[in-house]
Parts: sequence; structure tokens; C-alpha cells
Amino acid sequence: MLLAGIAFVLPFAWMISASFKPEIDVFNYPIEWIPKHWNVYENYREVWSGEHPFGVYYWNTIKVSLLTTLLSVAVSSMAAYGFSHVDFKGKNAMFLLVLMTFMVPSYSIIVPQFMIFRWLKLFDSHLGLILIGSFSALGTFMLRQFFLGLHKDYLEAAKLDGAGHARIFLRIAIPLVKPALATYAILRFIWTWNDYANPLIFLRSDRLATIQLGIQKFASESGVYYSLIMAGTVSAILPLILIFIVGQKQVIEGIAMGGVKG
Amino acid sequence: MDNKITKTAPRDRAARTRSAAKRKETLSGYLFIGPMLLGLTVLTVIPTIITFLLSFADWSFIAGVDKLKWTGFKNFARLVDDRVFLVSLKNNLILLLVVPIQLIISLALAAIIDKLVYFKSFFKIVFFLPYISSIVAVSICFQLLFQPSYGPINQFLRAIGVSNPPTWLADIRYALPSVMAIMVWVGIGFCLIVYLAALQSIPKDLYESADIDGAGTWTRFSKITFPMVSPTTFFLLVTGFISSFKAFDIIKVLTEGRPAYSTSVVTYYLYTTAFENLKTGYASSMALILFGFVLLITLFQMYGQKKWVNY
Repeated sequence: MLLAGIAFVLPFAWMISASFKPEIDVFNYPIEWIPKHWNVYENYREVWSGEHPFGVYYWNTIKVSLLTTLLSVAVSSMAAYGFSHVDFKGKNAMFLLVLMTFMVPSYSIIVPQFMIFRWLKLFDSHLGLILIGSFSALGTFMLRQFFLGLHKDYLEAAKLDGAGHARIFLRIAIPLVKPALATYAILRFIWTWNDYANPLIFLRSDRLATIQLGIQKFASESGVYYSLIMAGTVSAILPLILIFIVGQKQVIEGIAMGGVKG
Repeated sequence: MDNKITKTAPRDRAARTRSAAKRKETLSGYLFIGPMLLGLTVLTVIPTIITFLLSFADWSFIAGVDKLKWTGFKNFARLVDDRVFLVSLKNNLILLLVVPIQLIISLALAAIIDKLVYFKSFFKIVFFLPYISSIVAVSICFQLLFQPSYGPINQFLRAIGVSNPPTWLADIRYALPSVMAIMVWVGIGFCLIVYLAALQSIPKDLYESADIDGAGTWTRFSKITFPMVSPTTFFLLVTGFISSFKAFDIIKVLTEGRPAYSTSVVTYYLYTTAFENLKTGYASSMALILFGFVLLITLFQMYGQKKWVNY
């Protein structure tokens, strides 16, 4: 078991150790897991202050991921509440519609999305990218499950006290499903951070690029500077690994419960 | 007259308030689902309709709408003869193999981890790491690991006596299996977590009674564990199939379909057709076929759920 675990993280170990080495040592064999010669500071400085603005990529990614997460949690939880605790005409038909959008593979509609974004002037903007990431039926389904699990009595009691749906939603339902919201938020953040296809298609300017586009450009343009490329990839993965380790309980529970997939 | 009004008013008012309340409820319902509905309509429903329409047209989005020519099923007729498309589709079908391999490995790992007393969550994290790491970073890393002449994998193989190790991503025969190996590695974490949850929900007394009957480890696994997790297996199989049809990032970053289209997949070919060769209509017909396959798998899920799941 331990062996399997070690074998599993070997690529990461190699990536990190290569990013610490001077270029000439990267492919030494036998593999020097712990570098003989250290070149950490120089490598990472070269990556972060070189001609590819990693700082800008980072900032863009943080901005897009945070705003996507916020917007997505807001719209999804509203829709989830609507579909679980409001009784309205056409509810089933609307839910079926949402369910159907879930079956459409995203790559089947990238071309029309691209065209619509050009018409709406959303192409090559962070706003466009945020909108694309925020409206997914997945969040609605996942959160709806939690809202359905709420005890009806709480909500009924509030209704008898004369509270409207807006009040019940904000004051009672949301606080009760907070853990679920946190789970969904972390997952959405991770998915957006790692998203490569959408930035590739809906962004053009280098100054708007996210970290995933950034490291790919960096890797294909840095040619043979493998230690630097590895320093770039480590920089791209590290924040997520930290978030994952902090929020691992939420992430793992969320995955296990819904069996969701981004 | 006055009398009449006072008589009917209460019932009337009650009915009116009831219908007003109903209308209010409907209004608030639509206010709640409104934003999501609007977003999905603009970003998913309308694009789906456009894809459907454009797949019957010869058009490029850089040309004006007036240049659009309806060509009926011509795009599809061309697809059937398009060698690159057929190879890409075949590769997609081969990639489906990744899913059962993933499932076998992750069920075995889950069964072992489930029995561990210590380090349970440590192993969960370890196996889950590839799944949360960006596929771009992972692909770049594996490009170096698979490097034919001085990459660590081949250096290792040479050191243990393989004189002519394969060139992996550069070899037509090995490129796709290499990609598949990486996909297995990436996807195991997800399946493992879902399996662990399923294992934990198996009632313990089933195992206890099996112990009383003197069942061995293998019998316990094949007679209790495996059937009990079959709904999970089915679920993972279906979602795995669907997501393997959507594989794009790894191909774009790792191989760009090379060598000689041996690793091209439908999404990648669709992307190059739409955004590099600017054939919007033709790309849309591929998109429709992709949609068709995913729909087929979903129907298979609806149909198969009852048949496969056995306990």
C-alpha cells in the first residue's frame, strides 16, 4: 500500500525536485531526488520575474476563480431553493429543461458560445469567462439535494410567522446548508482554477491569461529550460494543493456524496 | 343587492387571496430560478440550437451571415469519409478502456484503504492529488518524464537492461497507451473516493455473517463487496465514459494529436476545425455527433440502471 502511494506521488516529487535544480542536473541518472546542487531561488525568480508575467497570470486566475465561485454559488443556491421549496407553475418543466442542459457536452457548444460572446462583446474579457463558469446545472442539482434534506417544519414555521421566501432563503435555508455551500464553493474554485479549455477559447490577450494558459505558453516558449518549466508548473499547482489540504474534508465529502465531476 | 355581496364576499375574498398567493408564489419561484434559467438559456440552450442548425450548413463565422449556405446532410456525408475524424472517433472509443482499468485499480485500493486503521486520510489525499492538479501542469510534467532519450522513465528502463525502450509519446504505437496511462493515474483519486464512501455504507453484519459461515477474503469480496458496490460501479462507469468523450485538455497540451493523428480525439479535431481552420459548419456537425454519443451513453444509463445494479 505504501509502495503504491509512493509510486503515485513520484511524478510530483520529480517535478518539485527538478524545479529546485540547476538546468544541467535535471536529467541526471540515477535520479537525484534530493538535488546535489540547489538552484531554487534563481529558478523561481527567473519564472516570476521573467518575460512571462506569472504575477499577472496569478492575479487573473485568483480574480476569475473567486468571482466565478461567488456568482456560481449565488445563482445555484437561489435556483436550488426555488426548485426545492417554492411551489410554482411550470416547476417540473423548468427542472426538466435544466436537467437537459446538463446532458449537453460543453465542447458541443463552444462554437456558438464563441459567436454569442463576440456579439455580446464578452469575448476576450474576464466577465465572459466568469459567466461561462458560473451557469452550470451541476451546482443546482447538488445544492437542491441539500435543500430538499432540510426539515420542512423550520421553513413552515417561518412562513406562518409571515416571512416571505426571500427572508426564509437568506435567514433560514442558507445558514442551514452552509457546509454544502462550502463544499460546492471549494469544488467550483478548484475547477475554475484548473480550467484550461475556456480560457483558451474565450481569451486572447496575454495580459488577461490565466495561470493554465500561462504555464502552457511558458512551457512551449521556454524550449529546453526544463527546470524553469517545472518551477512554473509547481507554482501553478501549489495554491490548489494548499487549498485542498485545508479543505480536504469538504472536498472529499462533496465528491463522495454527490459523486460530482466537473 | 347589498345583502348578496355580503353573502358571497368572504368566499370570494378567500378565493381571491388564494389565487393571489398562488400568483405570488409563482412569481417568487421564477425570481429564484430566473438568473440560472437566463444564464442557461443564453449559454447552453441557444448554443445547442445553433449547433444543431449550423451542422447542416457550410459557413465560417468570420464570414457574414449572408455567406451561410444550407447544405443538408453534406457535412455528415463528408465526416464519414474524413479519415482524421474516423481516427479521432476510434481513439475516443479506445479511450473508453481507461474507465474499467481505473475502476479495477481504485476498487482494489479502496478495499485496502477501508481496512486501514491509521493513515486513512493520508492515503486519500495522496491518491487524490493528481485529480486536483491541473491537467496542464500534469501533461507538461509527463512530457519530460516520457522524454525518449534522457527522460527519467527511459533512463530507468535502460538501467534495468531494456536496451531499446519505446519512445512513448513520439511513437505511433505507444502514444495513445501513454496518454491512457496518464488518464488512469489522474482519474483514480475520484473513483477511489466514491468507492470508499460506498464501502462504508455496506452493513457490517453482512461481513459478520460471512465470517460465521467461514468465508475467505476472496469470497467476501466477490459475494458481498462487489455486488454491494455495483450501483457505484455503474455510476462511475457511465460518468467515466462521458468524461472520456470530453477529454481535450490532455490531448491539446500533451500531444496536439500527434504523432500522425494517433492521439487525436473528436473534441480536439473539433477545436482545430472550428478555431484554426475556421470551418464552423463542419465543426458543428462533429459537435452534434459528439452530443449524440454522450446522449447514447446517458440513455444506456437510464436503461441499464435497473439491469446492472444487483443486490
